[in-house]
Parts: sequence; C-alpha cells; structure tokens
Amino acid sequence: MPHRHSLTELAAMLRAREISAVELLDHFLARIEAAGELNAFITVDAEGARAQARAADDMLAGDDPPPLAGVPIAHKDIFCTRGLKTSCGSRILDNFIAPYDATVVERLAAAGAVTLGKTNMDEFAMGSSNETSWYGPVKNPWDAARVPGGSSGGSAAAVAARLVPGATGTDTGGSIRQPAAFCALTGLKPSYGRVSRYGIVAFASSLDQAGPLAQSAADAALLLDAMAGFDSRDSTSLENQLPPTRASLEDGLRGLRIGLPKEFFDAGVDATVAAAVEAAVAALCKLGATTVEVSLPNMAAGIPCYYVIAPAEASSNLARFDGVRYGYRCDDPVDLADLYERSRAEGFGAEVKRRIMIGTYALSSGYYDAYYLKAQKIRRLIASDFDTAFEQCDIVLGPTTPTTAFALGEKTDDPVSMYLNDIYTNTVNLAGLPGVSLPVGFDAAGLPIGMQLIGPYLGEARLLNVAHRYQGVTDYHRQLPGMFA
Amino acid sequence: MSITKEDVHRIATLARLRIGDEEVDGYADNLSRILDLVEQMNAVDTDAIEPMAHPLDVALRLRPDEVTETDRRDAFLEIAPAADRGLYLVPRVIE
Repeated sequence: MPHRHSLTELAAMLRAREISAVELLDHFLARIEAAGELNAFITVDAEGARAQARAADDMLAGDDPPPLAGVPIAHKDIFCTRGLKTSCGSRILDNFIAPYDATVVERLAAAGAVTLGKTNMDEFAMGSSNETSWYGPVKNPWDAARVPGGSSGGSAAAVAARLVPGATGTDTGGSIRQPAAFCALTGLKPSYGRVSRYGIVAFASSLDQAGPLAQSAADAALLLDAMAGFDSRDSTSLENQLPPTRASLEDGLRGLRIGLPKEFFDAGVDATVAAAVEAAVAALCKLGATTVEVSLPNMAAGIPCYYVIAPAEASSNLARFDGVRYGYRCDDPVDLADLYERSRAEGFGAEVKRRIMIGTYALSSGYYDAYYLKAQKIRRLIASDFDTAFEQCDIVLGPTTPTTAFALGEKTDDPVSMYLNDIYTNTVNLAGLPGVSLPVGFDAAGLPIGMQLIGPYLGEARLLNVAHRYQGVTDYHRQLPGMFA
Repeated sequence: MSITKEDVHRIATLARLRIGDEEVDGYADNLSRILDLVEQMNAVDTDAIEPMAHPLDVALRLRPDEVTETDRRDAFLEIAPAADRGLYLVPRVIE
C-alpha cells in the first residue's frame, strides 16, 4: 500500500518506475475521498493534479527527473495558487482565485511535486486548534473528538491520515510545530528568511515562515531543500547559499551538546509529556549527545509579547481586505465607510476581529509605547536569552506543547487559554530561529507527544540531523492512526 | 485593564469593522482578558533595552531601479467585486 511508504521512499519508487505518478495520485485521491469527515481539505484539485502527474510520468521516463517528480503533496490554503482558490480559511477570501503562484508553490512544482489540493486552516492562520476556519473545524485522525492543532491543522491531519505523504504549512507562533506534535508528525519552522514569503497571505510579517509537515526528518529535509532559497520577490529573503539539509542527515551525534531550559520543564508541562521528552533525551545521549541545563528567563513573557506584536502586524496587514480590489464585498453599501466596515465585519470571523482590534489598540495614539514598544524590547530580551543559551549548547530541547491534543470545543470560549498553547513555540518565532517538532511517544489515551528542537540561526541542517538519528532508533514517527492504517 | 463598550466602538471604527450592539459586551470582555494577559509584560524590566522590530538586524537589500513586473491589469481587475473599463467601482464618494 503506497501510503505506508514515506515521501522519501515514494520518490525513490517513482524514479525506479515501480509505481507511476498517476497510480499514486489515484491512490491518494481515493483516500482523501474516503476521509471526508476529517475536513482536512478546503479544495481538492483532481483535474489539475492529474495533468501534473502525467507530466511527472513523462519526466520520470526521461533522463534526470527532478527530485520530487510525481510525489503528491498538499498546500496549506494560505499559499497563493494560480487558478485555484486560496481562501486562507476565511469567508473574506472564499471567492479569491490568485492570479499568481507563491514562490513555495512554484518551487515545489518545479521539483516535480503534484499538488492534490489546499488544506484547511485556522482563519488567517490565527488559532491553535483549526476551529476558527470558515470551513469548519478539522478533526484529529488519532481521535476525531480532538483538535489536530493549528493553524496548519488541515495539513497535519492530511499527512497524519496519509491522505498525502507530505504538506506545506506556515508557522507564525507555532502553527507548524504544534499540529505536528498533536498528530505525530515531523514539522519544521525554518529560520526567518530561509523560505520565501512571496505569495503567502501575510499574517505577521516579521514572524511568518513556511515549512514542511512531514512523516519524518528525512522527508522534511527533502521538502525543505526544494522550498528554500533566495527569492528577489521577498525583501527579507536571505541571499546565503546553504548546503542541502539532506546532505548531513546521517552525521554522528557524538559531542552534541543539548541545552535543557529549566523553564520548559516546570509545573506547566503535563507529566506524561515531560516523561516522554526525558526518555527521548536519554535516547539521544545513548547516541553520543550530552546535556546541560540552560535558562531562558524571559520565556513566560513570550506570550504577552507575541500577543502584541502578532496582532499589531496583523491589523496592518489585514487592512488590505477592503471589499474593493478582491475578496468578499457586502451587499448594497450605502457609502464607502459602510462598504469597508460591513465587508470586513461580514467577511472576518470573531478571532480575526479580536486580533485586529487588539493590534489596532496597541498601535493607537497614546498606547504605542506601553504596548508595541514594550513588546519590541521584550523581543530583544528573548532573542538575547537564546544567544546566551547557545554559548553553552548546540541545540535547545523541550516539549513542543504543554499537553497532548485537547478536545474540540474545549478552549473556544476563552481566547486566553487558547493562546497559552504557544508557550514553548512562539519565542522561537520572536527570535527568528529554526525549530522542529518530532514525535517521541504517546500518552495513555494513545495521543501523540511532540518534542521540539530549537537551533541557532540557520541551524536547520543540525536539527534535522538530530531528529533523523533519533528516528533511526525509534519508530514513533512510523505509527499510523488505526482508522487510517 | 478594562475595555469599555465605548472603547470597543472607538477601536472598531479605527479598524473599519462594524460591531453590532449585541456583540459589544462579548468583545469588551474578551479584549479586556487579552489585555490582562498582555500586561504581564510590565513585570519585565526593559530599561536601556533596544527595541527589536525584526529578526534580521540588517538593512534591507536594494535592487536596480528597473521595471520587473509585467502589466497584468486585466488579470487583477477580473477578481475585483466590481470593476468597469479599467477602474475599481465603489459607492459615490463625491456628491
């Protein structure tokens, strides 16, 4: 059964002509169809995918096909796709068909990948449970009564249920790593600037990064290497030429110094999650790593700092949705103010409106110093804490989330309790660092537990190397939810 | 920090969002709770700390002043809610 193979294995099988791209496409389209109740996809593009698969089969018949030729993938519905709806999980973009492709979409297509469709997500990537989507919540394939995490919840559920072997996501405060943790996947948020943001609907421009949601570190490396690289169309894209992360996956771990921040293992973390992470640390030490206690003293301030900076940037970015140039427009506006106010009120959901209002307030006259400037200073302290930690260690390690996946509806009435989910992840975005979440066990209810590795700036290759070596001695990443085996 | 109903209306106007009377209490309550969370920032001493706007502490790249975009006016107008003869249409703003 093709879905029991990793993306790396499928790419090799395609090259060896053991299976065709069209056969693979049909297999995964049938799985998507059968798993409709997960609500993982907003749009399935069977016709477009078939044309791409046929072209991939032609490339595979020739010499030197591109690395992902014929490999099916899905894109989070935040990436603009030419000719295919890009909703961003919002009513305001329900009718939006982008006239261009995001750079990530373009690069993966050029690498030969076949796009099966666009996955569900929290509206404008604002959420940690995929419950703010205009298209309804996504269910966790490990337990349909629980959330898959968010905001890249559709991509996570789709890969976890093997409806597609790998998918893209974006991560502004944890939106790749937290759903990866909840769904037993390997999810990477790259260093700020490593992957182009061109064509990604902007949420918080100084925090947003795109990355892969994958079955393993090796799969994530293959996808990242295809996605990353300089792009003149993104003003914050890095010009550095970096070696492919794939090249160092097998490196040894002898001498690796793992920093364990004491703030990641305090009373806030569930005991089962902490125990699984500690067992994973022991496994890494058996492979030659050593540990050192480090401190990130301003970690707790990360949440309030993030919930000023991200909404402030969002309130500015989302000003473009005005009912004039594209997207939803209200019926019968009486004047221009009415057109703006009702198009936005009817087009945006409650969480998006809350964040726009918090951001507007924080940036408004008389409040700027107390909120936005204060948050930017704390951001500096948080980044400095990581710099200090990396003087003592090569990677920082801890749980990805305080708990395993929570129940659908459990946190929807209280935005603040939802925000606290990002406690271990959002400081990484504030500092612009790379982070990867990988599965390290299951709790008593059979729900996946994720561990996060954080690297210094541009340290993706080392993170994926450590994750890959860990996956060489464990099989948590190979487990499939029973219903989707 | 308590956000009043008047605050909600003022912020909503700045943000160009219509908030119905029946929604105001809910937003006032939620925004107040979020600001209570945000005010935990005050516990951190930030004297003499330089603000950090961005993870990349470098000047943005410049490029040659050359036209790189092609004219795609028709493609962009095609997705507008209302357009006519190359113009976006909005309600009358000048009497």
